[in-house]
Amino acid sequence: MRADRGLFLHLGVLAALLALHVLAPPYHHTNLARIMVLAVYAMGYNIAFGYTGLLSLGHALFFAAGLYAAGLLVYHAGAGAPVAMIAGVLAGGAVAVAVGLLALRTAGVAFMIVTLMFAQAGYLTILYFGAWTRGDEGIVIPRAARMLGGLDLSDDNTRYLVALGLFALALLGNLALVRSPFGRVMVAMRENEERSRMLGYNPFTVKLGALAISGLYAGLSGAAYGLMFGYVGASLASVQYSILPLLYVLLGGAGTVLGPLLGALVMFYLIDYASSLTDAHQFVTGAALVALVLFAPRGILGTLRARGLRWLP
Amino acid sequence: MLRLDDIDAGYGAVAVLHGLTLSVASGEVLCVMGRNGAGKSTMLKAIIGQIRAGAGTITLDGMRIDGLPAHQVPRHGIGYVPQGRRLFGGLTVAENIEIGLMTRRRDVRVREKVLALFPRLRERMGQMARTLSGGEQQMLAIARALCLEPKVLLLDEPTEGLQPSMITLIRDTVLTLKAEGVATILVEQRVDAALSVADRLAFMVGGRVAEVLDAGGLTPDAPAFARHVGV
Repeated sequence: MRADRGLFLHLGVLAALLALHVLAPPYHHTNLARIMVLAVYAMGYNIAFGYTGLLSLGHALFFAAGLYAAGLLVYHAGAGAPVAMIAGVLAGGAVAVAVGLLALRTAGVAFMIVTLMFAQAGYLTILYFGAWTRGDEGIVIPRAARMLGGLDLSDDNTRYLVALGLFALALLGNLALVRSPFGRVMVAMRENEERSRMLGYNPFTVKLGALAISGLYAGLSGAAYGLMFGYVGASLASVQYSILPLLYVLLGGAGTVLGPLLGALVMFYLIDYASSLTDAHQFVTGAALVALVLFAPRGILGTLRARGLRWLP
Repeated sequence: MLRLDDIDAGYGAVAVLHGLTLSVASGEVLCVMGRNGAGKSTMLKAIIGQIRAGAGTITLDGMRIDGLPAHQVPRHGIGYVPQGRRLFGGLTVAENIEIGLMTRRRDVRVREKVLALFPRLRERMGQMARTLSGGEQQMLAIARALCLEPKVLLLDEPTEGLQPSMITLIRDTVLTLKAEGVATILVEQRVDAALSVADRLAFMVGGRVAEVLDAGGLTPDAPAFARHVGV
């Protein structure tokens, strides 16, 4: 019964997002497509941080791996969007494994610093190879190249539906993952690595697996972001894009499947609203986050789960 | 079945075990006793691979296990219930058991067998482990270790802080496992609890086994207890 409630809730959220395709005004319609793509990124981050306890400050590298793998293939090699999308997903996963093989030899603060350094190295690499990546200026992907099958990703309606499709795939995949045996072991690892080892689990292997899945999500999000919104730039590989998914997850609720979507949604509109009030919008969002950490450190859904909705996945 | 020969081990520069030699056979309950700091828990950690033996060998059915990565030791059939239970408090009873079961890909049969030993856990399957009573937590800790279907079970002071009915349940469980051929090393401070299950008693002093006695015929006022445990 509990499993059904969780599944129905997630299907209900997907149905609501489909309804918003028809009901949402154009401005929010475009915002929602972007939020769903970013929520996929945050979901990936949540798999590493919320479920496995890996506090990474370098996820922008995995996002950028997907973004640039897709963007460069389209821009320089004339690849189609489907090939670019697949390449982006694989690039995100492969870079996550490569980083994980080294970074997972550390833990805690050292892990945060090592992942941050990897991401900064990636960012500087993008700037260094400006002849290919066009550095800060970035690459604008031509409209003709943004065709996924017969779908024109530059069209608002199509973009929304494709974003929803990818989001649904990621969301249900995430739900299945956290309910799978591997998902349980991820949580056990977060709870206590040494206890897991006593039961015969290799912490390095489990954490590397979780980081790889997280990287696949980040790569999918990065590739989708570039192809849907037509821009691939170094700013999307900056440290800010490592911090954003962390904030989304903290706000929505670490270790909850819907938390990343909720966090991305609230944060996106908080920034949107604050920037309409003042140029110092980061001050407003910062204050909101401080309040959150003080009064609801588990995030929105984490708090709800602690206060009674224990069945929330 | 399990042999420790001339083991030296400790924590960094602090040596705790000094040439410790001990063995336990299939279907035997070996109770290890000694004062605080004698090295009882350290010995169990050395067996399970949490700390490395600096010298000596540990063998299970003739195979050396002292050089194995810590996560591989349980896979060879050694279950460990540490002092203080060490459950996954944020997971339910069912999830704790599931995690125990998954390592060796055991089936429903093992789960049912384990739950038959502790029927009360069946009533608590959806409850968070951290909200269980002390006795129930100990049941769960033992149940989780038994999911590995261990050949050797290591129990570190399982009766500590428990009410008499729980102590009886744990004793009965150890005796059931003994009848099934499981070798048990039980670290215990309570003399009556030790005598109720042990085949042999090993007394540790200063990181070594000072004396080993057959439990048969021993009474709580035996001089060995006063000498090595201080009761």
